[in-house]
Amino acid sequence: MQTAQKTVTTLKQHIVEILSDSGEGAQRCGQSLGAIAARTGNGIWTVEIIPAEIRPPARSIAGASGNRIRIGATRVTNGGDETDLVVAFNEQVLLGRVRAGELKPGCTILLENMWRTHADPKIAAAYAETHARLLEAGYRVLEIPMEQACRALVADPRRGKNMFALGMLCSIYSLDLQLAREQIALTFGKKDAAVVAQNVKLLEAGHEWAEANLDFKYRIPAEPVTAPQVVINGNTAIALGVLASGMEICAMYPITPATSASHYLSDVFEKVGGIVHQAEDEIAACAFAIGASYAGKCTVTITSGPGYSLKQEAIGLAVMGEIPLVVVNVQRGGPSTGQPTKVEQGDLMAAIFGSHGDAPKVVMAPSTIEDCFYSIITARRIAETFNMVVVVLSDASLATSQQPFARPEFSESWVAPPVDQSAIPEGMKPYDWNEATGLARRFIPGQPNGMHTLTGLAHDRASHVAYDPESNEESIHFRSLKLAALQKTLKTPPVFGGDSGDLLVIGWGSTQGAIEEAVATLREEGRKVSSLHLRFLQPLPGGLRQIMQRFAKVMTVEGNWSDRPDDALIDEDNRRYSALALLLRARTLVDVDCYSEVKGQPIKPGTIRRVLLDALKPKAKERAR
Amino acid sequence: MTMMATECLLELCEQRHELEDYQSGVPRWCTGCGDNAILAAVQRLCRDEGLRPEKTVFVSGIGCSSRFPHYMRTYGFHGIHGRALPVAEGVRLARPDLTVFVNTGDGDCCSIGAAHWIHAIRYNMNMTVFLHDNQIYGLTKMQASPTSPRGTKSNTTPRGSTLEPLQPLSVTLGVQNVSFVAQAVDWIPESLFEIVKAAYHHHGFSFVRIVQRCPEWLPKVWDPWLHDPKRILMLDHPQGIRLSDGLKQVYQNQLAHDPSNLDRAREIASDTNRIPVGILYRNPEVPCYEELRATPGLRTTANLKKGFEAELDKFTFWPQ
Repeated sequence: MQTAQKTVTTLKQHIVEILSDSGEGAQRCGQSLGAIAARTGNGIWTVEIIPAEIRPPARSIAGASGNRIRIGATRVTNGGDETDLVVAFNEQVLLGRVRAGELKPGCTILLENMWRTHADPKIAAAYAETHARLLEAGYRVLEIPMEQACRALVADPRRGKNMFALGMLCSIYSLDLQLAREQIALTFGKKDAAVVAQNVKLLEAGHEWAEANLDFKYRIPAEPVTAPQVVINGNTAIALGVLASGMEICAMYPITPATSASHYLSDVFEKVGGIVHQAEDEIAACAFAIGASYAGKCTVTITSGPGYSLKQEAIGLAVMGEIPLVVVNVQRGGPSTGQPTKVEQGDLMAAIFGSHGDAPKVVMAPSTIEDCFYSIITARRIAETFNMVVVVLSDASLATSQQPFARPEFSESWVAPPVDQSAIPEGMKPYDWNEATGLARRFIPGQPNGMHTLTGLAHDRASHVAYDPESNEESIHFRSLKLAALQKTLKTPPVFGGDSGDLLVIGWGSTQGAIEEAVATLREEGRKVSSLHLRFLQPLPGGLRQIMQRFAKVMTVEGNWSDRPDDALIDEDNRRYSALALLLRARTLVDVDCYSEVKGQPIKPGTIRRVLLDALKPKAKERAR
Repeated sequence: MTMMATECLLELCEQRHELEDYQSGVPRWCTGCGDNAILAAVQRLCRDEGLRPEKTVFVSGIGCSSRFPHYMRTYGFHGIHGRALPVAEGVRLARPDLTVFVNTGDGDCCSIGAAHWIHAIRYNMNMTVFLHDNQIYGLTKMQASPTSPRGTKSNTTPRGSTLEPLQPLSVTLGVQNVSFVAQAVDWIPESLFEIVKAAYHHHGFSFVRIVQRCPEWLPKVWDPWLHDPKRILMLDHPQGIRLSDGLKQVYQNQLAHDPSNLDRAREIASDTNRIPVGILYRNPEVPCYEELRATPGLRTTANLKKGFEAELDKFTFWPQ
C-alpha cells in the first residue's frame, strides 16, 4: 500500500462535520464515526444537522444534512466552538455552515471534486467560484475524488460515498479500522452479509485513499472504556426514562423537536405493555393524560413550545385537582412557530408561571443527556408523591445531541406502584390537606368510600364547590405549600470551581457543559470564576443567596432574550433580564446580571469565555464611582 | 357447594344499591330544567344495573349540564370547558374496569370541544355520552350556541342569530367508526330511560343527544314539539327499542327503523320538522380503540426490566 509522508498531530479535542444533501448518508457516516470514537474510549458529543425541509433541492444551502462530532481525549460535555474539519459532498451544503460562522478560520475542508468537471456548466462554475472563495477566506480546501474512487466499487456512489468518507476519517483520526468494520456490521447487521461486505469494502477504500494521499493525521488520546456506556440522544433518553419510570401511557401530538421522543417510545412502549396515544390536538393530549392520571396511572405528555402554550388551561386543571402529571417541553425557538428545529431556553417563565391564577407546579431542567433519562423517573416520583404537575424542560440541543454515559442499572424502585384500590377510611376527605405540608391522600376511582367529584372550580376539603373566602384561600395556600415541602428536600447544588471569587455564573438546562468548559479554561488561566447549575427551577433549592454572597459578581448565561445594556434606550428601569436572572434577582435580592443569546444555536464555550472575561473587567461606571 | 352459594347471595345483598346511594346533594338547576329529568333517568339506570358507585365515573366539561357529576354519588370529574371527552378517554384507557359516562352540553361538545367530539366518535371507546342540548349557553347567561335555531335572540345575537344550526345527529352519523347514535327528549321520561339504558348496554361510544328544555333562557323553543305529539317521530324496531302501548297511544307518529341501517339513520337525522326519538344507529361490530391498543399480560415489572435492558443493549458499548 502506498503511504504518503505524514505529520501526526496529537490533539486534546477536534470538531469534525460531515455534510451532504439529504439521503446521501452523511448522518450515518457521522453517527458511525462518533460510535467508533466512543468505543475507542474518546469523549464525544454529536449533533445532527437537519434541514428544515423534508425534501430540500439537491445542492442547496438550506439542504445541508449531516452530523457534527466533537471528539475529545476526555469526557466531552458540549458541542464546543467552531468546526476544525469538514467533509462535504458538495460545495453548496458547505456554504450554509460557512455563512452561519460555524467553521473555524483555516478549517480543513475535504471537498468532493466531481462538480468541477460537471456536465452542467452552471454547476461547474458555481463549484469553481465557491472553491476559489473558500481558499480566499483562508480555508484549507482539499479536493477529493470521492465519487470517482467509489465508482470503481459501486454502481451508485450516492449510496456508499458515506462509508468511503468514514474510512478517510478513520485514517485521519488514527482510529482502529477493525472497530470500524465491527460498527458497519452492527449498523447494517439487519441487512444481508453482502451489504455489510460492500460497505466494508468502501470503508477500506476510503482509508487506503487517505493513507496514500493525505499528508496529515491526528491522534486524540483515549482512555479505554472500563464500564458499559450507552450512546443516545436526549429525546431517546427521555423516552427510555418514561419506560423506566413505570408510566404506562404517553399522550402526545406531533410537534418538532419533541416528536422523536414519541417516535422511539411508540416503537418500544407496547413491548412492555405501554401505550403512546396520538391525540387529535395538544389540548386533547394533555386532557387525556390528565384523565389517565386521575384514574390512577401517572401519565406523561410530551410537547414543544406551541403545544406547551396550548396545554396551559389543562395544566391548571391538574394543579387545581391535584392530579399528578408529567409534562415534557422540548423547547425550541419562539415565540409563535419560531424556529422549530433550533434550540432556545425561552419557556422557563411559561413553565413556572403558565396557566391563569396561582398554579404552582414543579419545573425541572435536565442539563445532560444522562439527566434527560433520570429526570423523567424523578419527575414521575415527585408528581405522585406531591400530587403535582412536574414540567421537564429539555431543549432542541439536548434532543438531537448524543453523549455517552454509564449504562443505567434498572431499579424496581423507579417503577410506579400498582394503582391503589384500598378503601378510603371512614370520614377521610379527598382534600384532607396536611397542615404542615399541604399533602393529602390521592383518591382514585375504584377506591370504596372515596366517591367525590373532582372539580376545576374552587372547592373545599370534601371537593364540594366552594366560593367562600376561607375555602378559596385555604385551598390555594395548601397547593402552594406543597412546593415548600418539596423545596425542603432539595440539596443546594454544588459549585463548580472555587467556593468564592470574583464571578459566579449560574445556568440551567443544556448550557451546563459549555459554561463549565469556559469556567475551567478561565480557572486554568488563574481567574477566580465559578459556576453553578440549577436542575430545579421551581422550587429553587435553598442556599443560593449564601453562595452568591461569596462572589463579587453574579450573572446567568442563558439561551433566551435579555435586553442589551448598551442599547441607547435600555436602562435599569426598563431592561428586561433573562428568565433565570429575573427569578434569582427576585428570589435572592442579589444584583444578578445576565448574558443571553437567541441565535438558535447552542451557546459556545468560547463565547461564554469571552463574556466572562468581559464581566470580570471593572465597568467604566463602576470605576468612576 | 351450598356454602359457596350462600356466599354469593351475601355478596349480592351487599352490592344492592338504592336510588339514594347514587344521589348527592340537591341539584341547583332551575325548576323545569331538562337536566333534572336526565339525572333521574341516569340514577335509575345505575340502580337497575347495580353499578358499583366506586367503579363508576361521570366526566363532564363546563356548563349547566356539566354540574351533573356533582349530583351523583359516584366518582366524578368536572373538568374544563370542551375537554370532557379526552379526559374520559384517558380514564377509559387507563382503567377498563371502570364504567365511564360523559355529560356535555351543546356549547361544550359542539362548539369549544367540537374537535374532540369528532375524534371521540372515531376512537369509539366504550363510554356513554349524553349531549344535553338546550340550544343555548345557560351558565354564562344566554348566548347563542351552535345548535340555536336561526333567528334565536340572545345576548350575543340581539337581532337574532344568523346561521343555520348545526345538527348533532347528522354530524355524529357522518363520522367514520360511529357505532351508536340515539335521540331522546327530556319530557318523555319512559322513553328517555329506555334510550339511556340501550346506550349504556352498547359496547362502544354511545352518543345520546337529549333534547332539553331551558326554562330560563329559551322557555318556548320546544313548545311546538312539546304540545304536538305528532311532531315526535317514535322509532320502533325489534332490533332497537320496542314502544310500550302507552307511548304508542300518545305518540302516534311511529316509524319502524332498523338501527343497523346507516343511510336511513342519516335521512331520519336530517328531519328537522319532527324530532326522531329512539335509536337511530347501532353497530356493535365497530372495534373499540382501547381494545385495539390493549397489550394484555405485558405489564409486569419483570417484562419491563427485560424490555428496558433489551433497548439499552441496542445503544451500549461494552468494554473491549
